[in-house]
Amino acid sequence: MIDRMMDRRGLDNFDLRFLGLIFAILGLGVLSIYSVTHDQGGPGLPFFAKQMVWILLGAVAFLVMLIWDYHRIARLAYPAYAIILILLAVVLFEGKTSRGAQRWIPIGPFAFQPSEFAKLVLILVMAHYYSKAPRVGWLQRVVIPGVLMLPGLLLILKQPDLGSGLSFMAVYAAMLLMVGMRSQALGVILLFSLMLFPFAWEVMWGSLHDYQRQRIMAFVDPNYDPGGKGYHALQSRIAIGAGELTGKGLYGGTQSQLKFLPEGHTDFVFSVFAEEWGFLGVLILLLLFVALIWLSLEIATRAKDELGALLAVGVISMLCFCVVVNIGMTAGMFPIVGIPLPLMSYGGSATIMTMASLGLLLNVKRRRLSLFY
Amino acid sequence: MATSRLHDSELSELQRRLVVLRVGLLLVVALLALRLWHLQIREGPYYRDLSENNRTRSVILEPARGLIYDRNGVLLANNVPSFSLYVSLEDVKDREVLIEQLSELIGIDAELVRKKLAVRGAKQLPRKIKDRLTLKEATLIEAHRLDLPGVMVQVESRRNYLGGVAASHVLGYVGEVSAEQLDKPEFAELHQGSIVGQYGVEKFFDQNVRGMAGQKNIEVDALGHEKRTVLVDQPHAGDDLYLTIDARLQKVAEDLLGQESGAIVALDPTKGDILAMASRPAFDPNVLSRELTPKQWVEIVQDEGRPLNNRASQGQYPPGSTFKVMMAAAALESKTVTPASTVFCNGGYQFGRRIYHDWKATGHGSVDLRKALIHSCDVYFYTVGQRMGIDTMASFAHQFGLGEETGVELPSERIGIVPSTEWKQKVKREPWLPGETISAAIGQGYVTVTPLQMASLIGTVANDGVTYRPRLVRAIMDRTTGQLQELPPVPKAKLNVKPETLKLIREALAGVVTEGTGGRAKSSLVTIGGKTGTAQTAALRTGPEKDIPKKLRDHAWFVAFAPVENPKIAVAVLAEHMGHGGSAAAPLAKEVIETFVKVTAKSGGAADGSLGQSQAAHAGAR
Repeated sequence: MIDRMMDRRGLDNFDLRFLGLIFAILGLGVLSIYSVTHDQGGPGLPFFAKQMVWILLGAVAFLVMLIWDYHRIARLAYPAYAIILILLAVVLFEGKTSRGAQRWIPIGPFAFQPSEFAKLVLILVMAHYYSKAPRVGWLQRVVIPGVLMLPGLLLILKQPDLGSGLSFMAVYAAMLLMVGMRSQALGVILLFSLMLFPFAWEVMWGSLHDYQRQRIMAFVDPNYDPGGKGYHALQSRIAIGAGELTGKGLYGGTQSQLKFLPEGHTDFVFSVFAEEWGFLGVLILLLLFVALIWLSLEIATRAKDELGALLAVGVISMLCFCVVVNIGMTAGMFPIVGIPLPLMSYGGSATIMTMASLGLLLNVKRRRLSLFY
Repeated sequence: MATSRLHDSELSELQRRLVVLRVGLLLVVALLALRLWHLQIREGPYYRDLSENNRTRSVILEPARGLIYDRNGVLLANNVPSFSLYVSLEDVKDREVLIEQLSELIGIDAELVRKKLAVRGAKQLPRKIKDRLTLKEATLIEAHRLDLPGVMVQVESRRNYLGGVAASHVLGYVGEVSAEQLDKPEFAELHQGSIVGQYGVEKFFDQNVRGMAGQKNIEVDALGHEKRTVLVDQPHAGDDLYLTIDARLQKVAEDLLGQESGAIVALDPTKGDILAMASRPAFDPNVLSRELTPKQWVEIVQDEGRPLNNRASQGQYPPGSTFKVMMAAAALESKTVTPASTVFCNGGYQFGRRIYHDWKATGHGSVDLRKALIHSCDVYFYTVGQRMGIDTMASFAHQFGLGEETGVELPSERIGIVPSTEWKQKVKREPWLPGETISAAIGQGYVTVTPLQMASLIGTVANDGVTYRPRLVRAIMDRTTGQLQELPPVPKAKLNVKPETLKLIREALAGVVTEGTGGRAKSSLVTIGGKTGTAQTAALRTGPEKDIPKKLRDHAWFVAFAPVENPKIAVAVLAEHMGHGGSAAAPLAKEVIETFVKVTAKSGGAADGSLGQSQAAHAGAR
């Protein structure tokens, strides 16, 4: 079989760069997690070691998604979606509560977060649907995929997990404008408005009074910042700003080391990194992300078929959205919603899911030379 | 396959649209970078400051107050460790919740905490909420540290007066600087919670004893808990005081007064050193240095015995016959009389329609100055006073330091009243009546003096007319340099009185003890000269002394010096409502003087007690 032959080829230059970027970002993530948590005691493995375990599991997921032909994987989209919906329903009733939201299913000593995996499954579902369905008219292009996405979205928002919900919508919107829309102009407008959403939000958000913001945030996510008063947002801004040009150095970030900044190893890992490495470090990190996404766009552009291109677009839009919104929220451009920074934030489900998605991307690239299937 | 072709064309369409994604990505990342540049480069220093403020707190390190010794190096006041409760407002999320927690834990008055937190002051300095926490309270707070962000327990030294009520009016007490005090320039370097002297030498020498606060900058975590000390500026302990008081003499004087109200002042007339200054009733400075509730304060202030009143320097009493010491000098110096001139006393002195009685109804017969002093003849002094006139009397009284500050190092010294025609016009807005001169001549009427003034007066007579400013501190030890600074005695004034006059008066005063009204002061140890006095408090006196209610009875006075030949000690005794000076006050003066003679013989001079010795003894203790 052609697939098997493809698999046996060695890694080319592109693959090495792709993998190099992934591990560079993962490495910076582990370093930052270590920096914040190195003096924390507690039972079990330290956070950075656990994160390395997640990365190992993520590497396995990466290989799994790489080895199987993505056409076969895509065929599992609907059953996988069904399973995820069941898990999301289970989480609502049986899940572990943390920070006021039910997002986790405990498995032994670990907690499994179905909403993270739901994002990847949604990408598969969307790509599978668009590559197979005849797309004539609004119904098939927009409404049916929307209906497909809706149960997952509602279950996620019910937890409540605003961050994952927004990512869900971002994936849908990206797919929509890549293939769902006929008019190129409309697509361009939609794309830009998606990209500019954080900035537009800032303008809108900035014009509101505090109590109005609190009312809105209390509506969409009542439990995120129970102390209110923007404590997280302010401390995060202070951490980033205090980094100045060259940063305070490893372990030197007083904001995170002295716990002024909450969630320093998870959602606010970027602030920790920015405080300790400064603007120069931040530029390098941004360049790493841009390079990774650039290579991913390369894969999408050279995909041999629509399924591959759509899968790539889904993964790219999800990555972009998470990176932009996470950095945007830590830098105070966006209200605080729980979106982790891909490849850097501590967390098993997110790390494994992100690495699996990147495995899928490389899968698309490595099969672009096969002409027929 | 139609679908396949369609999909193929859509694929190329999709891939063309990807260009838009690339542009969009670069644009958004550029915006992110711009935002981060704004935060980290343009506003970086501002956020760097905020992060520094976040993590550092200043803690005041209170200095230990200087120690207070008596003249021989006996420790009177020291410091003992104590727990104080501080609150750092920056770390307090909700004041009311904190106040509730604190009152639940250690039963602290919520209103008091609210008031303390409201005191204006540098925001970054923690506020002192309570001192003298018990070990249990301190432990409770430490155990709940995690629930009490911003709350700190600090070990500080607090004042301890070893003798309790002993010498309380001299030592005084300390207390937290009040809001009104903080507004004054001399307290500018202080802050809420600083301890300052509020009475006695603690107040008068506060600048010396206070010391200088230090500061500790600590790094705290988000809960306000100390992680690391960044910088320490150690506090400087205050200077030690060596008083002129001799603790042994002081104790005897206080025991002599016992439960009665009154004052005893003993001083060294050749230097002005106050060897003992007792005032009863007294207060316990250990109690007053604590934080008192308003109710406790009212109780102390409204106490009928007025224990807060230092009767030695603030009690103003008619001098009675002790005034005649000054009158005798004035009579001779103003040439109103000669030592030989006599007045016939038949027991009364008629002026206008009124008869002024002598204390001895049968009269003293023919008396000269010497006899008049020895037997305290009133008629003689009525006559002399009438001849001299009130204004001459007043000018001599002022020379002897009456109606003037003695200059003792105590806050709020009172000066008494020396009446004159000018004084009456100014204060009473009435002309002087001639009859009033007669009362004034025997130390009654408007005349009032303090026991300290009388001790200084008799000391001046004993010291050949040279007055030394009465003083309470003989040396100050600088704790930073370790240098002992001996303060020289300060000569204040020289009487414009001939030495023969003073000599004659001294001899007459010796006669008071040997053959006159002061017989109860006669000592087998030492020659004593003195003068009795009985200050009337009520105008109408009928029947025997014991039938009069105590608070209307006369005050007993005795002023004395010893030895007569070469005076080393001057004493003034005032016993409130104890009746006659000769019976109630003279024995007390004798006891004080005999004690002085005994301790001087034992230690080779109380007045010159060696500081060097005591310093060596205390150097080890420090």
